[in-house]
Amino acid sequence: MSHHIVEFKNVSFRYPNKTEALRDISFRITHGESVGIIGANGAGKSTLLMHLNGYLMPTSGTVNIGNLYLGRQTRQEIRKKVGIVFQNPDEQLFMPTVYEDVAFGPLNLGMDEAMVRERVRSALDLVGCLDLQHKSPHHLSNGQKSSVAIASVMAMEPDILAMDEPAANLDPRSRRLLINLLRTFEHSKVIASHDLDLILDVCQRCIVIREGNVAADGPAFDILTNKELLEENHLELPLSLQRG
Amino acid sequence: MNFDKQYYNIGFLDQLSYKDTFVHKLDPRAKIITTSLFFFTVISFSKYEVASLLPFFLYPVLLMTIGEIPFMLIFRKVILVSPFAVFIGIFNPLLDSGQVFIFQGLAISVGWLSFFSILIRFTLTVSTTLLLIATTSFPGVCHGLRQLGLPSLFVSQLSFLYRYIFVLMEETMRIVRARNMRSYGERGKDMRILVRIAGMLFIRTVERAERIYSAMLSRGFQGDMPSLKPYRIKMADVVFTVSILTFLYVFRLYPVTRILGGFIQGVFS
Repeated sequence: MSHHIVEFKNVSFRYPNKTEALRDISFRITHGESVGIIGANGAGKSTLLMHLNGYLMPTSGTVNIGNLYLGRQTRQEIRKKVGIVFQNPDEQLFMPTVYEDVAFGPLNLGMDEAMVRERVRSALDLVGCLDLQHKSPHHLSNGQKSSVAIASVMAMEPDILAMDEPAANLDPRSRRLLINLLRTFEHSKVIASHDLDLILDVCQRCIVIREGNVAADGPAFDILTNKELLEENHLELPLSLQRG
Repeated sequence: MNFDKQYYNIGFLDQLSYKDTFVHKLDPRAKIITTSLFFFTVISFSKYEVASLLPFFLYPVLLMTIGEIPFMLIFRKVILVSPFAVFIGIFNPLLDSGQVFIFQGLAISVGWLSFFSILIRFTLTVSTTLLLIATTSFPGVCHGLRQLGLPSLFVSQLSFLYRYIFVLMEETMRIVRARNMRSYGERGKDMRILVRIAGMLFIRTVERAERIYSAMLSRGFQGDMPSLKPYRIKMADVVFTVSILTFLYVFRLYPVTRILGGFIQGVFS
């Protein structure tokens, strides 16, 4: 299968205040790949993720997601294919209870009630949070919030999963659980993070972004062991590789 | 810091609403309907009415007892907002100086009656509102309002308010703490600084709203809040609503206190 592709072709994006966040960036992610996006602060990682579901539109160039070219008409279709988990779970979970939050996506897809209940149940079960369903998000710990945020996106059964700093604010154990969870997903994954060990554990491929363009693109292990390249990009070797 | 205390205070009222008593289990719609009719009934009395209002304390007391809500909590909050009511009525005894005899030739001005009437109405309505919130989870109230036909736009505003008031307060708390940490005494309490903190909060809120909106969009939001219908009317809800309505009806139309008083006088004479 090759229809769950993500292809950026010569994409540039400029914010209204003239900041050029993406400059002529091109890459192609094929079905089932998991790709880590790394780079310094302000390199354009988050801007890139926002293009995946059409929250931002390229100033020039094309974004192709699952053989749909991103445009105003195709935006809604593309949002069904791409699930984005944002960095701050408080912003991801906006409904008053966990259950309603996870149901939000499926309801917007126009499913009937029985189907929605089934989706919510299986998504919460997947992240091990079924017993939290009637709680309010503000009564949850950060780890639980992150898990529920993932469930809320998984309930829509997206083809492509995009995440922005999934492990920020998590304690080591919750982070480990998250990594194990991510490894079980067979979706195409795009993960932007500074947590290089997480990328090393979850992704086969890694793209380094610098000043809105691709600085390097290759197998995660090769890139994450290239000390020189990492340091040029304000990064350093993953901790697990520093000991040796 | 006082702010921290207030924060946990609100959280406490919220925690109470997750108890599991008979009142908590009632359908939110039943409670919303009875509470609003209760308001109308209490307000509909003439402005010099005092005695007829007193039996209406039964309703909040009932809710409080069955719902296991601590009396002091409600009482303290009622006192906290009472200055509003006091200032509305405080000049009535002076302005409305007609005389009325209440007991064996003891006369007071009619204004006092209307003043007390205002205070009683205030206590009744505020305490029932607080009890409604303390016995019904806020999401429950929102669902109830939605199912009663309130426009989805209003209801979603309300539920966002509830969802983010805690986040916003936490953010304020962090800013206030950071200020206190580095203000070493009085300088940090300067009015100008407070204004800037408010401005900062506003900007952060706008940015957050932007991010929340993008999260909503990415999950297929197209302008309409979807909702499941989690509540079904049970027998208990019908019984509760009907009995409260009967209670309101009887106590509104018949001078129950006078009849009772007459009865007791009859017994002792």
